[in-house]
Amino acid sequence: MSGLLEGKNIVIMGVANERSIAWGITRSLHNAGANLIFTNRQERSHQKLVKLLESNNMEATLLVNCDVASDESIQAAFAEIKEKVGVIHGVIHSVAFAKREELKGEYADTSRDGFLLAQEISAYSLVAVTNAAKELMTEGGSIVTQTYIGSERVIPNYNVMGVAKASLEASVRYLAEDMGKYNIRVNAISAGPIRTLSAKGVSGFNDKANVIVEKAPLRRNVDQDQVGDATLFFVSDLSRGVTGEVLHVDSGFHIIGG
Amino acid sequence: MAEVFDRIKTIIIDRLDVEESKVTMEASFKDDLEADSLDVVELVMELEDEFDLEIADEEAENINTVGDAVNYINSKQ
Repeated sequence: MSGLLEGKNIVIMGVANERSIAWGITRSLHNAGANLIFTNRQERSHQKLVKLLESNNMEATLLVNCDVASDESIQAAFAEIKEKVGVIHGVIHSVAFAKREELKGEYADTSRDGFLLAQEISAYSLVAVTNAAKELMTEGGSIVTQTYIGSERVIPNYNVMGVAKASLEASVRYLAEDMGKYNIRVNAISAGPIRTLSAKGVSGFNDKANVIVEKAPLRRNVDQDQVGDATLFFVSDLSRGVTGEVLHVDSGFHIIGG
Repeated sequence: MAEVFDRIKTIIIDRLDVEESKVTMEASFKDDLEADSLDVVELVMELEDEFDLEIADEEAENINTVGDAVNYINSKQ
C-alpha cells in the first residue's frame, strides 16, 4: 500500500508511547508515504515521541504542542501548522481522558466534574479540532477518531468513558454533515480492547481482552497495526464515499449477542 | 534478587528518565522518582512484559516503592 498517501500532510494527535493506537496509525500512514505532523500535550510525551521516531528512522514534518483542553492552544497549534506546512489532508484524533477512580465501580458514582472532564477531553476536543483543522483542509480532507464499544453497550468499569464515547460518536455524525460540503469526511474506528496505557487505566483490562479471544468471530485480539491499516483506509481516497461512519475493528465481537 | 532489581532499575531509568543513583529499594515512585499515576500504570505494563506475567489491579495498587516491585516479582517467580 505504499504511495497511497504520497504528498499528503496528516496531523496525528495522541501518541503517548509505542503502545499507543496513534503509534500504530503512525506506522501505517508512514508506510503509505504520508508527511506526518504530531501534536503533544506534555513535554515528556514529546520527548518519548522524539525517541520513538529516532529509533524507527522516521522523520516528522513538524512537532507542535497542543492541549485540547484549551481553545487557545488548539488555535495556536493549527496556526503554527498552517504557517509551516500550509495545507493538511487529514487529522487523526486519538485523545481521551477520565479520572482513574471513575473507571471502576458504579457509573452512578460519577462526579459532576469527572463527567464534564471526560466529555471535554474525549468528545468536545474533536469538535474544536475539526473546526480548527477545516481552515487548513482546502483540498478536502479526512478526520478519524477512536471510539470503543463501551459507547453502545455496558462494559464493566468503562463507565464515564462509555458515555463520553457515545457523545464522540454522535459528534462524528453531526460533524460529518457539517464538513461534507467542504469535502471533509469524519469517521470513527471502534477498536477492540488493545493493551495501551489508557486501556490499562480502566479496571479489569485483562478480562476484556480475554473475552475477545474466547468469543469474537476471529478469535484473536486486535492490535495497533490493524487499527492503523483501517485508519489508512479512512484517510485515503479508498474511502472517498464514506463519512459519518463508525467502523468496528474488533475481530467481529460487536455482532455477538451471547 | 539482585538480578530482578537490576532489570527493574533499567526499566525505571528508561521510562522515568531519572538518575541511576536515585533508584534504590526504598525509593517511592511518586515521591522520590516523580512518577504520576500514568507513569505508574506504564511501569506496571513494562514489568508485565519484562517478567511475562499479569499483575492484577489490586496488586498493582500496592506497588509504591521500587522495593515493592522487586518483592512482588520475586514472590511470583
